[in-house]
Amino acid sequence: MPAADLLSSQGLRLDGRRANELRRIRCKLGVFTQPDGSAYLEQGNTKVLAAVYGPHQASKSKSSSDGVVVNCQYSMATFSTGERKNRPRGDRKSQEISLHLRQALTAAIKTELYPRSQIDIYVEVLQADGGTFCAGVNAATLALIDAGIPLRAYVCACSASMAWGARPQPLVDVPHVEEAAGGVVLTVASLPNTGSTALLEMSHKLHMDYFKMVFSSAVQGCRDIEVILDRAVRDHLAEGWTEQDTVTV
Amino acid sequence: MANLLLSPLEKMYILHGVRDDCRSDGRTNIDYRPMELETDVVSHASGSARLRLANTDILVGVKTEIDLPNNDQPGYGKLEFFVDCSANATPEFEGRGGEQLANSISNMMQKAYQSSDAFDLKQLCIFEGKQCWKLYIDILILECGGNLCDAVSLAVKAALYNTRLPSVKTALLDGGNVDLQLSDDPYDNKLLNVDLAPLLVTLCKIGDKFVVDPSAEEENCSVISLIVGATGNKTNYNIDNKKNESCTDSKCTTIVMNGSGSLAPKTLKNAIKQGIEAVQFLDQALGQALLRERRENVTMKKYSYGFLK
Repeated sequence: MPAADLLSSQGLRLDGRRANELRRIRCKLGVFTQPDGSAYLEQGNTKVLAAVYGPHQASKSKSSSDGVVVNCQYSMATFSTGERKNRPRGDRKSQEISLHLRQALTAAIKTELYPRSQIDIYVEVLQADGGTFCAGVNAATLALIDAGIPLRAYVCACSASMAWGARPQPLVDVPHVEEAAGGVVLTVASLPNTGSTALLEMSHKLHMDYFKMVFSSAVQGCRDIEVILDRAVRDHLAEGWTEQDTVTV
Repeated sequence: MANLLLSPLEKMYILHGVRDDCRSDGRTNIDYRPMELETDVVSHASGSARLRLANTDILVGVKTEIDLPNNDQPGYGKLEFFVDCSANATPEFEGRGGEQLANSISNMMQKAYQSSDAFDLKQLCIFEGKQCWKLYIDILILECGGNLCDAVSLAVKAALYNTRLPSVKTALLDGGNVDLQLSDDPYDNKLLNVDLAPLLVTLCKIGDKFVVDPSAEEENCSVISLIVGATGNKTNYNIDNKKNESCTDSKCTTIVMNGSGSLAPKTLKNAIKQGIEAVQFLDQALGQALLRERRENVTMKKYSYGFLK
């Protein structure tokens, strides 16, 4: 079975975290001025930028009278990975991730409010160290909030894997080394506020007996991320406001 | 560039400002907007830099690869420029929308770096005729606020200044094949000599005058712009900061004209002169900033900001 020694006998992972610990998340809203909303998010060594344009009038071919059309594009900088990438976008993997982003984010956006309109969400990976999709979803959520687009709830994504030692244990927030070790990787995008799951993707095989364990650890990761994102949003909104301002307003 | 709608009155306002040497943001015709530069922002690249010039945001990453030298240039390395216009800058760049702009910028950079007076490709040679370094200079445009070329050239020079090539420990010659062993120690590396690397300056003709560092609005008012690339100055990158008497003058490495208008020979000559002066000024400022950052790096005082500032 692969991924046997992802967890040391002391219960530490290759990067020194415990099994249930996330990587350090640092983020900032409103990094750019031209887009309607933008955000930068660092999850360990994975660094992602997201920009949101819209809602604006949809092009004729895309326009839908039911609700807003969410248009996502995921691209990776050519220098973001260890080996240089030849193309930043357009390959199968980034097209697939674009579709997944769209699915996860559409679940959170109140689409019915803007018929015949379009929202463009662009995610740019500057540095990839595993979990780029998760970081992309988290950054896009912040960018959507920065753009002032009504959401049902925060949508957060987190991945989880499994360590097969003496006692099987789920690992939350999988970095590149653990992804490359060949074990199972379960990616979950959920709306922690409502408890529902917007997207689920699993690679490699996993016995059903262990599924619940891995799934719940990923969902717990999403809940932890939501707390961090929520604090970032509150800090961003409070920025520049002093007590005096609140009294006079 | 991003489509921007200006009314005739707004254009007139900009035009009169330039005529009176006081532009809409208070600058004179030869002033640059404030810049922020940070190197070493992407850890997966051998060298990187991020430059923000007002609203223009550029991220450059340099990646290295071992390659075979060209047959006609056995003792030289290779440089390759790649520009990616991110859709973050404007929705027009989505899919393949930014390719035309990207190609024009990468061609211009390639031309500016082609001369051996601008960048010495010999320093990328490992084993003559057998192995050389190939540098991939990947430029990511994250936001367009006018004056892309200047910002790109500054960021590229900073990223090259920051690039570290791993040292070659041993080279085994085995029946015509070279087997290289690179050092594993991240501190055992070689820096590039980029003192002479060229910078580009865009001069926009608005009315009868030229302005440097045009904003997106000003670019919209101009019928013709001139991009002048000139080499840097060695003395700006010397740590001991001794002003040598043998200070070489900047050499012009590329000139490109963009736009639908035309220029009289005399204006053209003046513009080129103005451009070279601007390059010298920029190069001095860049040299000071890079030297200061390197000093802070050595004394462990550097704080890494990235995009979090």
